[in-house]
Amino acid sequence: MAETRSFVGGGAARWDVVHAVRCYGHIVRMWIRAALAYPASFWMTMAGNLAASGMDFVVIVVMFLHTHALGGWSLPQVAFLYGTSGVTLGLADIFVGSMDQLGVRVREGSVDTVLVRPVPALAQIAGDRFALRRIGRVLQSGAVLTWSLLRLDLSWTPLKVLVFASLVLCGTVIFGSVFVGGSACHFFMADAAEVQNSFTYGGATMLQYPPTIYARDIVRGTVFGVPLAFVNWLPALYLLGRDDPLGLPSWFRFASPLAALLCATAAGLLWRTGLRSYRSTGS
Amino acid sequence: MDQTLIEVEGVTKSFVVRRRAGRLRRTREVVNAVAGLDFTVRRGEMVGYIGPNGAGKSTTVKMLTGILLPSTGRLRVAGADPVRDRVRLAQRMGVVFGQRTTLWWDLPLRDSYELARRIYRIPAGTYARNLDRCVELLELGPLLDVPVRQLSLGQRMRGDIAAALLHEPEVLYLDEPTIGLDVVSKRRVREFLAQTNAERGTTVLLTTHDLTDIEQLCSRVMVIDHGRVVYDGGLDGLHRQGRSERTLVVDLERELPPIELHGTRLVRREGTRQWLAFPASASAAPLVAELAGRYELRDLSVREPEIEDVIARMYGEAERTAATVARIG
Ligand SMILES: Nc1ncnc2c1ncn2[C@@H]1O[C@H](COP(=O)(O)OP(=O)(O)OP(=O)(O)O)[C@@H](O)[C@H]1O
Ligand SMILES: [Mg+2]
Repeated sequence: MAETRSFVGGGAARWDVVHAVRCYGHIVRMWIRAALAYPASFWMTMAGNLAASGMDFVVIVVMFLHTHALGGWSLPQVAFLYGTSGVTLGLADIFVGSMDQLGVRVREGSVDTVLVRPVPALAQIAGDRFALRRIGRVLQSGAVLTWSLLRLDLSWTPLKVLVFASLVLCGTVIFGSVFVGGSACHFFMADAAEVQNSFTYGGATMLQYPPTIYARDIVRGTVFGVPLAFVNWLPALYLLGRDDPLGLPSWFRFASPLAALLCATAAGLLWRTGLRSYRSTGS
Repeated sequence: MDQTLIEVEGVTKSFVVRRRAGRLRRTREVVNAVAGLDFTVRRGEMVGYIGPNGAGKSTTVKMLTGILLPSTGRLRVAGADPVRDRVRLAQRMGVVFGQRTTLWWDLPLRDSYELARRIYRIPAGTYARNLDRCVELLELGPLLDVPVRQLSLGQRMRGDIAAALLHEPEVLYLDEPTIGLDVVSKRRVREFLAQTNAERGTTVLLTTHDLTDIEQLCSRVMVIDHGRVVYDGGLDGLHRQGRSERTLVVDLERELPPIELHGTRLVRREGTRQWLAFPASASAAPLVAELAGRYELRDLSVREPEIEDVIARMYGEAERTAATVARIG
């Protein structure tokens, strides 16, 4: 029977990945269209998001009215941290941020419906309720980042351009992995959302400030524990030409791609384990 | 080609549930939702899968669809392991959960179908043909532009059934697909399913509490209780197995004391009318002859056993012989 239908039947694993990404795109497009059906509400929430994420920067600026440096870092340098932290978190938030509702779906047992479709569950759950308004944070942080780059005069070299590009990419992957890994915890425990938020949103707020203002153990935790330091602190040390407060070997500043790869792998494994332990509900 | 589509061998599924017992103490209990299933389903069969609440029907469907991993045992659909090959098998199956929609809740019905087209990689021509057929037979036309969350239960159910069939699955799992449907919709859904099975050879496993669904659709019925198959066979066999009874309704000329007739049992008496039950396997003719000889009758009729009574008796029996909840700590 299967032979008589050309469109039935799987292909190579690579084809599955392409299909997953495509389906993610279709789901996302559907949600964007649905959101734009109510343009007024869309722009209002977008403006709200912009304002909310802008408040963090206002706090930093107010601090600099009283001091010239924060942990030895100037305002444009802190603005660089703020901007990169916001842009990477914002991008990850756009792509996979809506996964934090997974807790509700696990409790209701509605993950069932995702599991009976011929697309990996991750692609469907990440695309579900895609919220374009989250781009507000990226725009606002991007503006701050642009300002800081204009003020800093980094004397760009090809290597610096590469490190900067990898910062944005790897930072997004690291935050995205934390989102996915945190979401996977919903399969194991009831209040995973709190934990997940403290690592993503909480972590991003932490990365807005220089590592020098934190206790050494906290910074060490972000290097060897949940490796958020690789998002922007470590590459920034190189880009801004600063000393490492932990005195780590200098190659750590270029190790973000490795950290991103490790994070993504760990998140993927955690996700798989989570799905396996999913037990649906009685009705 | 191999005619077996679904193979289930010694499959069990248990859930560990934590219950609060007293203020601080928690006890762990093991619920054996499925306690050992063995059956096979051939291609093109339409099987009714029935049983009382909590019997393990939905759990079985979830294991067959790859949502749940069996605790023990072996399970194959089209030769593949549903959990390991879940994504690939999903392409070849359709699922309707009566209790839960597989449509996209906030989007119009049409968008759900459009997404299904992409997700299942349905060629445009096939998609248009199947959608037209579903829209016509399930009368979905006026509903296509309504967000799913605004649909009534019965409307949503019809929408769900259509969504499960657009990609022409080889096997269709229906977990209570007629829940909440009015009589007209029920008839329409049954006709639609029968036609799908007849024309496409789609294998169907149907769970329901409405036995009319089974009577009208399924040549084979499996009754499960406490996670075990207690009956597997034709509908007529159910009557034999369930020791069902037919009833003689006797209208007498005058009100008389209870009739005593060998091989029958008086179940009710009301004025001049009396009800006598006798085994469904026995012939009614000699009983009728004897009654006519002994009494002055105004009327007499034979009532066939109700499938519902048969099933109810079967559920009750299993209840008395099995206990599935084991306490471990
Ligand atoms: N996710 C779960 N966690 C714990 N127990 C469960 C879970 N799913 C099912 N059960 C238990 O397993 C048993 C069988 O449930 P199942 O949903 O399969 O029954 P059913 O035959 O579909 O019943 P119904 O006719 O009421 O739909 C029940 O005792 C139920 O409490
Ligand atoms: Mg059920």
